[in-house]
Amino acid sequence: MTDSKTPRLDELEKGAWPSFVTEIKKAAAKKANSQDLLDQLELSYKDKIGYWKHGGIVGVKGYGGGVIGRYSAKADQFPNVKEFHTLRVNMVPGFFYTTEALRGLCETWDKFGSGLTNMHGSTGDLVLLGTTTENLQPCFDELAEKGWDLGGSGGGLRTPSGCVGMARCEFACIDSMDFIQEVTRHFQDAIHRPAWPYKFKIKCSGCANDCAAATARSDFAVIGTWCDTLKIDQNAVREYVKGGFNIDALVVGKCPTKALEYDSAKQELKFDAENCVRCMNCIDMMPKAIKTGKDRGAAILIGGKAPVVKSAFIGWVLVPFMKVDAPYAEIFDLITRITEYFDEHAKSRERIGELIYRVGMGNFLKGVGLTPQPQMVSAPRANPYIFWQDEEVVKHG
Amino acid sequence: MSNIDVKGQQIEVDEDGFLVDPDVWNQDIVEAFAKLEDVSELTEDHWKVINYLRDYYKQFGIAPMIRKLCKDTGFSLKQIYDMFPSGPAKGACKLAGLPKPTGCV
Repeated sequence: MTDSKTPRLDELEKGAWPSFVTEIKKAAAKKANSQDLLDQLELSYKDKIGYWKHGGIVGVKGYGGGVIGRYSAKADQFPNVKEFHTLRVNMVPGFFYTTEALRGLCETWDKFGSGLTNMHGSTGDLVLLGTTTENLQPCFDELAEKGWDLGGSGGGLRTPSGCVGMARCEFACIDSMDFIQEVTRHFQDAIHRPAWPYKFKIKCSGCANDCAAATARSDFAVIGTWCDTLKIDQNAVREYVKGGFNIDALVVGKCPTKALEYDSAKQELKFDAENCVRCMNCIDMMPKAIKTGKDRGAAILIGGKAPVVKSAFIGWVLVPFMKVDAPYAEIFDLITRITEYFDEHAKSRERIGELIYRVGMGNFLKGVGLTPQPQMVSAPRANPYIFWQDEEVVKHG
Repeated sequence: MSNIDVKGQQIEVDEDGFLVDPDVWNQDIVEAFAKLEDVSELTEDHWKVINYLRDYYKQFGIAPMIRKLCKDTGFSLKQIYDMFPSGPAKGACKLAGLPKPTGCV
């Protein structure tokens, strides 16, 4: 038996699937920093301690974001990862690239960095893992020459991200890719020169299936929807049922607002349009029979985030429906008003959702110039907003 | 930690090049930092920002939020980047001798 220097990491190479350890080892065959990364990680597994220091302020000229400083806490032992900074490269909306573009990116990264990448990081960016302070500027310059730009980091607008939308999907109610492209262009300054109390994320999904997970992962989620009613093709419904499709269990029973009913005598799917919340389940189950409405736009959800100051929040409705068509003047104006309010009122490390909890939804709406609407109630059917008086509590137990 | 040489004197800085001890700050250090952060010439406007940051830090023990910096000095964020190409945190705060601003990546 040969003595491996990384017995713990080697365990993660077993099995018939890809392994990040295998990938780091391949990079380590070419680069000393990747070898040190591997060895430091092995030590972390052994000691059960992560050996990266928190933060660091590094960057490229003219930009306040896009580079994450990473320093090893064990630089004496692993000198080649003493500085091992991360670059976030702004991805293309929908993640569409030619192999040539990716080769160009990787060639530059092999030249200036570890050669290791995350594609894509959970921010959506193309993440380049590990380079020195000295190499940051020349690496960025070469990337810029090839047409790439950095993404966001720190207290500013983060790289906007969205689903593949109309380019690959029949459900898209809005052109999420075009919107992401344009929002990225329009708010360049806010991405590259972070100026706000904390991060602000914009994500866009073409429909309520929310493939970009915008509701949970973004402060400002743009979710494609429609304001008229579902289009049901009764003949196609019958075809589904004839084919053995269990419409009661899979569609009617799963409708969250009980807006659907199947009349088996008439062989007809009855639909209560007023109660439909446009969740997409029936469409997902019977795509040939049920389609989205024709008057399409987006719902805007606010406040989604992971924990820091308060717990994790799921975004809730801010604008039930608005048109989202180029040149996007109305929605850009809304984003500007919200981020200005955020910049003016938020405390350091407070997200917009937390700010709204602190100041109250009413004050926030007033501050950004929106009129309260019933759809803004975060859990309308679960929370009837009845305030019980003390004596009533006693009376009703 | 490492040292930078300022007119023959060894000044201790952290890995990002910020002063370890804000009290050793002096004009020579500002000039040395200016070279490192691509500030070609220290104008009156630069000093306005630097002195503002120092005063704020002395009073509150932290760096001001960027909105406050812009409001109080009257410079837009773009002007700050024009003066300090590496930005308000990495550039201006470093020249003002503040310890590294903390914050999220």
